[in-house]
Amino acid sequence: MHQLTIAEIIRGLREKQFSSVEITSHLLERIQQLDGQYNSFITVTGEQALREAAAADARLAEGNAPAMCGVPIAHKDIFCTNGVRTSCGSKMLDNFVPPYDATVVDNFLQAGAVSLGKTNMDEFAMGSSNESSYYGPVKNPWDLERVPGGSSGGSAAAVAAQLVPGTTASDTGGSIRQPAALTGTTGLKPTYGRVSRWGMIAFASSLDQGGPIARTAEDAALMLSVMASSDKKDSTCLDRPTQDYTANLKDSIQGLKIGVPKEYFGEGLDSEIGARIQEALRAYEKLGAELVEISLPHSKLAVPAYYVIAPAEASANLSRFDGVRYGYRCENPADLRDLYMRSRGEGFGEEVKRRILVGSYALSAGYYDAYYNKAQQVRRLIKQDFVDAFQKVDVIMGPTAPNPAFKLGEKNADPVAMYLEDIYTIATNLAGLPGMSLPCGFAHNLPVGLQITGNYLDEARMLNVAHQFQQASDWHTKAAPVAE
Amino acid sequence: MAVDAQTVEKLAELARIAISEETIDEVSNRLGDVLQLVDQLQAVNTDGVEPMAHPLDAVQVLRKDEVTEPNRRDEFLALAPQTEAGLYLVPKVID
Amino acid sequence: MEWEVVIGLEVHVQLSTQSKIFSGASTAFGAEPNTQACAVDLAMPGTLPVPNEEAFRYAVMFGLAMNAEIGKRSVFERKNYFYPDLPKGYQTTQLEKPIVGAGKVEIHLEDGSSKTVRLHHAHLEEDAGKSLHEDFHGMSGIDLNRAGTPLIEIVSEPDMRSAAEAVAYLKKIHSIVTYLGISDGDMSQGSLRCDANVSVRLKGEEELGTRAEIKNLNSFRFIEKAIKVEAQRQIDLIEDGGKVVQETRLYDSDKNETRSMRSKEVANDYRYFPCPDLLPVVLTDEYVDIIRGELPELPDAKCARFEKDYGLSAYDADQLTQERATADYFEQVAAKSGEPKLAANWVMGELAALLNREEKSIADSPVSAEHLAGLIARIKDNTISSKIAKQVFEVMANGDGDADAVIEAKGLKQVSDTGAIEKMVDDVIAASGAQVENYRNAAPDKRPKMMGYFVGQIMKASKGQANPQMINKILKDKLDALL
Repeated sequence: MHQLTIAEIIRGLREKQFSSVEITSHLLERIQQLDGQYNSFITVTGEQALREAAAADARLAEGNAPAMCGVPIAHKDIFCTNGVRTSCGSKMLDNFVPPYDATVVDNFLQAGAVSLGKTNMDEFAMGSSNESSYYGPVKNPWDLERVPGGSSGGSAAAVAAQLVPGTTASDTGGSIRQPAALTGTTGLKPTYGRVSRWGMIAFASSLDQGGPIARTAEDAALMLSVMASSDKKDSTCLDRPTQDYTANLKDSIQGLKIGVPKEYFGEGLDSEIGARIQEALRAYEKLGAELVEISLPHSKLAVPAYYVIAPAEASANLSRFDGVRYGYRCENPADLRDLYMRSRGEGFGEEVKRRILVGSYALSAGYYDAYYNKAQQVRRLIKQDFVDAFQKVDVIMGPTAPNPAFKLGEKNADPVAMYLEDIYTIATNLAGLPGMSLPCGFAHNLPVGLQITGNYLDEARMLNVAHQFQQASDWHTKAAPVAE
Repeated sequence: MAVDAQTVEKLAELARIAISEETIDEVSNRLGDVLQLVDQLQAVNTDGVEPMAHPLDAVQVLRKDEVTEPNRRDEFLALAPQTEAGLYLVPKVID
Repeated sequence: MEWEVVIGLEVHVQLSTQSKIFSGASTAFGAEPNTQACAVDLAMPGTLPVPNEEAFRYAVMFGLAMNAEIGKRSVFERKNYFYPDLPKGYQTTQLEKPIVGAGKVEIHLEDGSSKTVRLHHAHLEEDAGKSLHEDFHGMSGIDLNRAGTPLIEIVSEPDMRSAAEAVAYLKKIHSIVTYLGISDGDMSQGSLRCDANVSVRLKGEEELGTRAEIKNLNSFRFIEKAIKVEAQRQIDLIEDGGKVVQETRLYDSDKNETRSMRSKEVANDYRYFPCPDLLPVVLTDEYVDIIRGELPELPDAKCARFEKDYGLSAYDADQLTQERATADYFEQVAAKSGEPKLAANWVMGELAALLNREEKSIADSPVSAEHLAGLIARIKDNTISSKIAKQVFEVMANGDGDADAVIEAKGLKQVSDTGAIEKMVDDVIAASGAQVENYRNAAPDKRPKMMGYFVGQIMKASKGQANPQMINKILKDKLDALL
């Protein structure tokens, strides 16, 4: 039953092949049996899930069930869940039980989905390996000695290990797409503002965007149809009506113009990954698409610009964690300064502290123009590259990550090496564009992700393009070798 | 490029993050690495380029002036490490 | 050496919106601690701000009243610092692109002169909560009800040259915001607060001296005293060979001195940057024009109209228009009594004294505008004299009915009966032989002065109720008949 996709579960529930309680219990058991080796969940809400599943079954029986009624999912622990601990992967919020739901969580509740729990993540979504979590690293189901990518490593690993058919995740610089690539799953980061950020704990507000990780483009489309909504509580959320992202999945992609940026195939790219991407592009040609070489001349500046802007925003976003109103407070503070210094010094992990310091530096007197302002100027140049490219092509394709899943601890000592993991994904966040990763083969026996970047608000077309590939290939159906 | 210890201490003070004496060198070095990475930006000509604080050219939608939030003090105070008489407690604030 | 004081003011005005600037929590004053602090105000994780439309409308009204440029595209920034009354660890404020740009305002001084003070800019921002220092086992308590209340911070150029000018400016700001109805302006509740930047320099110097910022001045009186004492401190310091340091100081009203706030002296670096949770607020010309069209009459315009329409002096018109409630009260009295000058004298004289004595605002005046107008009407039609009117006013102040009822009940009606007055005049002349003799012997130009004695005696005899004009006329006729 755990092999079923969301689309199949929806059909199965409506055709009464199984109940929501049955599939929910099955997955909860599977999590209990297997997740010890992956550590993909921080919190499992078994009882609550079974209650929700029973309620869903009742609604299904009545015949007026909403779209995802009874479908089990899990939320990245960055989304606030009313009454359920929301840690953001940090000691700082180890004891934090929000009395409110994120809009994304609420949307899934309204759609009748059943939440199995909260998935592991890099602390405050800062990382590309899921090693910075206070709850320990997540292991890649394809090789337990390797990382699943980050920061949505738990969300990706849980889907790859078939513990849950789909998860919510968030992407600030590649945190949906890179773990999707490293675990052979399908992940979508929507256009900035497509999905509400209310209740999604902020890392870098102008870059953060929630999205789904699932096994197929069709499932990602089903999830996005629920996740995306306008929201008056988020000033940056776009006022767009909800839509059915599965409507165009079956459209032909004959004549589709695919931009292939020459900058994405140079130095630093694993050659086997390069080969898999080229094979995927050939497959698209067979489906009737046309390849167009394009240039994104400022793409090498995306990582440096990002590592100014994201830490700068984070340095302010994380100031609220001060040990006063919620979260971790140090023992016996000597005075107010000591309360702040130690609560934050002890409550945050190393990478989070490093980024706060970098952000403080970039914004401080005398450096603002040289760093923050400069990075925001470069950001416009990067966006303009894409605007120019989309004059000529419909989508842009390339590798999601420069290498397959790496070993735990391999890049820990060198933050800059870790940052370069997101070299192909970060520009999309800076520009606010939608991006996807879908499995397109294996390199060194590990999954490889093909990245699709779309124009603003063009998610439906991207999902169509991804779905057509998955209709013609079976990489997305390959399951990680699970030691039962 | 290393960042000197004095700068790290100043940043730690601004960000209110305690950094122990033993780790300060390591923090300095790593910060230096990151700054070296971001220093690539300095080589770019950005004359006349408007900084982009936000990915979309959207403008703010304002909210009507209405009281919509009920009193949920007890739920919120229950999350706090130390409270009394409806107040959050902190070590003495000295002006 | 002659010193010159240079003052610039930063005035924080709480806007009287129903809800907060970035959340739907109530802004009402005086609630139980933390009952009006919602998830956004408490900076709970994942919460986001959405700005209040009314705060922008109020800020634009203020800008237009200050003859200022309106920021058609304003941007919120984050000002980063840690303080327990600041839940997010940053204040959302405006810096580079404020809602109100440069402007100017005319201030009126007690000597009747006027002066223009330039507005540097005014911006929207959120208020902080409050730290309560009562002892909770050596700890402070934090109440975040006030956190997120909308403020406009009004920053002047350093254009004021005395404490009196600073007070006049602040009164003008107070007057404008209360006229507009955008703030209750209540300084005792902190609705209007002021920081003063004070420096001194030798008269004739071009360059500004080093300034000290005096924080949180919460009454007109304290502002005046604090500026005076701080200026003197700086002068003494320099004359003793010392140097003023740029710092934040606190005024201690008990000791009438300013002292350094060392805790705030850790050189702060606020690391401002545009708030990524908020988008630029874009206002159209049409929107601004609509607000312009809806502005009420402002103090300067009202003052000019009072001078012109009511024939008041510039000083009186200014006094009467400083507070909108006073101006409205005056206009009612003037209209109903038909005697604007008398109305002005009574409002600024007896009524002001009464309110001052009873510590009441004009809105809570024990004597209504209607009753005062009725009283003035009785003066005008000679029913009572001005002197008796004061007695009637005091009785009305106790709530004992309108002027006619008081006059009737107390028998205070003025005696204007010619026969009765002639009798009183005759009696006094008969009883004042020596004074009559003096009068007769005096040079003609001295005689009018000498009438005072007789008038006094007659008023005494009539218990103040005789019509003074009639006394004067009859007395003069009778005395002159004796010449």
